[in-house]
Amino acid sequence: MRPIRVLVAKPGLDGHDRGAKVVAAALRDAGMEVIYTGLHQTPEMIATAAIQEDVDVVGLSILSGAHMTLIPRVLDLLRDDGREDILVTGGGIIPREDMDALEARGTGRFFGPGTPTGELVEYIHNWFEAREAQTA
Amino acid sequence: MTTAEMLELDRLREEVAQWRAKFDTAKKRNTLFANSGDVVEPLYTALDIAGDAAAIEVPGEFPFTRGIHPTGYRGKLWTMRQFAGFGTAPETNARYKYLLSHGQTGLSVAFDFPTLMGYDSDHPRSEGEVGKCGVAISSLADMETLFEGIPLDKVSVSMTINGPAVILFAFYVAAAEKQGVAAAELRGTIQNDILKEYMAQHAWVYPIEPALRLIVDNFAWSAEHVPMWNTISISGYHIREAGSTAAQELAFTLADGFTYVERGIARGMDVDDFAPRLSFFWDIHNDFFEEIAKLRAARRIWARHLKERFGAKDPRSLIMRFHSQTAGVTLTAQQPMNNVVRVAYQAMAAVLGGTQSLHTNSMDETLALPTEQAVQVALRTQQVLAYETGVPNVADPLGGSYYVEALTDKLDNEAEALFTKIEEVGGVVRGLETGWLQRQISESSSRQQWEVEQRRRTIVGVNEFVTEEGELTIPLLKVSAEAEREQRARMAAMRASRDDAVVQARLTALRDAAKTDANLMPFILDCARAYCTLYEIRAAMEEVFGAYREPVFF
Repeated sequence: MRPIRVLVAKPGLDGHDRGAKVVAAALRDAGMEVIYTGLHQTPEMIATAAIQEDVDVVGLSILSGAHMTLIPRVLDLLRDDGREDILVTGGGIIPREDMDALEARGTGRFFGPGTPTGELVEYIHNWFEAREAQTA
Repeated sequence: MTTAEMLELDRLREEVAQWRAKFDTAKKRNTLFANSGDVVEPLYTALDIAGDAAAIEVPGEFPFTRGIHPTGYRGKLWTMRQFAGFGTAPETNARYKYLLSHGQTGLSVAFDFPTLMGYDSDHPRSEGEVGKCGVAISSLADMETLFEGIPLDKVSVSMTINGPAVILFAFYVAAAEKQGVAAAELRGTIQNDILKEYMAQHAWVYPIEPALRLIVDNFAWSAEHVPMWNTISISGYHIREAGSTAAQELAFTLADGFTYVERGIARGMDVDDFAPRLSFFWDIHNDFFEEIAKLRAARRIWARHLKERFGAKDPRSLIMRFHSQTAGVTLTAQQPMNNVVRVAYQAMAAVLGGTQSLHTNSMDETLALPTEQAVQVALRTQQVLAYETGVPNVADPLGGSYYVEALTDKLDNEAEALFTKIEEVGGVVRGLETGWLQRQISESSSRQQWEVEQRRRTIVGVNEFVTEEGELTIPLLKVSAEAEREQRARMAAMRASRDDAVVQARLTALRDAAKTDANLMPFILDCARAYCTLYEIRAAMEEVFGAYREPVFF
């Protein structure tokens, strides 16, 4: 199977990249191809990068409380481009009910502080296998 | 040392050898892991501090290992200063009044991300972020509202702002003028530490060199006009939160401090003209004794370098005054009530280390901004420490402890070794440009994550003692979208009521001055008084200075 391609992105103005970098390194160590955007990205910059880099997964890290504005916008921009096949997942300081609301809008799962990186790797692998099985 | 004392040490050496034999053969728990990844000895004795200079030190005297005041906390307790801000200026003003009425003794402003990055609340990049992580302040008008009814000549105020620090400081000075309070009466601190922004916290605006110019402009202007104000809070907090070890936090922060001193001297200032107003800010993490030793070592190193390397003569230049905050990164979303206990231990370490002011985190901060109830528990934690435990009764009560003195020396030595490495990579500015400093922090952060996942590092409730039911629910603060709408409306009203001709003239004057070597503080202050907005002032200088580009890596 080909390697899973992941864009790890930091939307918005918050500068907390410790989590994003730890996750990016963990996904790379698990054999995925990982691109990291750097800080202070707009949803437009992220969607454009995701499409240009032809990724399977967009992992958004957000700790600023702006998740209910920025995450749906990334999702909408990808959909506008016909890329519903890209998984939008991520993590940060996001209350449980907001995570549920995001999933209801069509994102994948979001993860909170203290999540072992192995759990993310497993989640992405499982999602990818399921998607490949569907399209096969 | 007398012959009798040497014989005593010889006897101790024999006893320690006997103890070691017993220790080595005894059954022991698996304690591979110490907090910074370093092994500590299972026992410390007089042998570990033989000839140690700190043993004959008293507080209030050079090199201040044992504290900066001869009275310890008998003269004055630390300032209980909870970092707070959310939503709009009126909402945060109400929270400040609540905190002051509950016995808090100083204010500390948390700005929202747009403000931290120099964007107005009505800028497109601010959408969804206004008031979320702090209070939105886009002009003098917002600053006036923030402190409405709070006398700025009576309350000391700390402001966590860096990239656009000089602009927010100008709003503050102008707001005080409106209250009839002269700049010379103002007491407080502006964080204004841009080097650690590039290193760890990442709320930058301009490239490194013009950013350093603005900081030195502020040192020079404030020395003359705001003599009681701390012009910078040189911060280890964010370096540690980004993943550094205690030794790295100590060394990188002090190296930043030395860089600012060098820049001030290079401007032609006498070190004693600005060094007394430099202050520091430390993170207080979980390893209790290591944190206390870190604070003791920090004071000693600063005093030594200022005296011996920079030739400071004023005793006030030699003393390191600092704020502390318990480590946000140690809080867990799982079983959040446990955080109250973590914060209490960390707060005690800060006080045993001799902090001048303290913020204690609230139990719910891995989930959202804190509720009033959670903040009250955090403040009460400090009050119990201050008034019930007896801890503040004696200055540097752990001074002379074999372990704490040995650990203080060890951190001092590790910091010196890291200063040498920083010199080898070309100094702090070069180390930031190449990403060397950022990588050191990133590598430490990755190692800690690995240790947690390997369960070499125990986090109660996360990788041990996990409860099946998962998260305990506690009430969370919600910042409504209403705040953003209200703030945009306030901005529109403010823009409509100001004199546009004056606004444009002041911005042009600032832009022109930025092209020269002039001190920019008076120009920025004039912009603030004319109700130029944060982003307008930021943009005027950006036209001359350009914007910072980060080296991206993981």
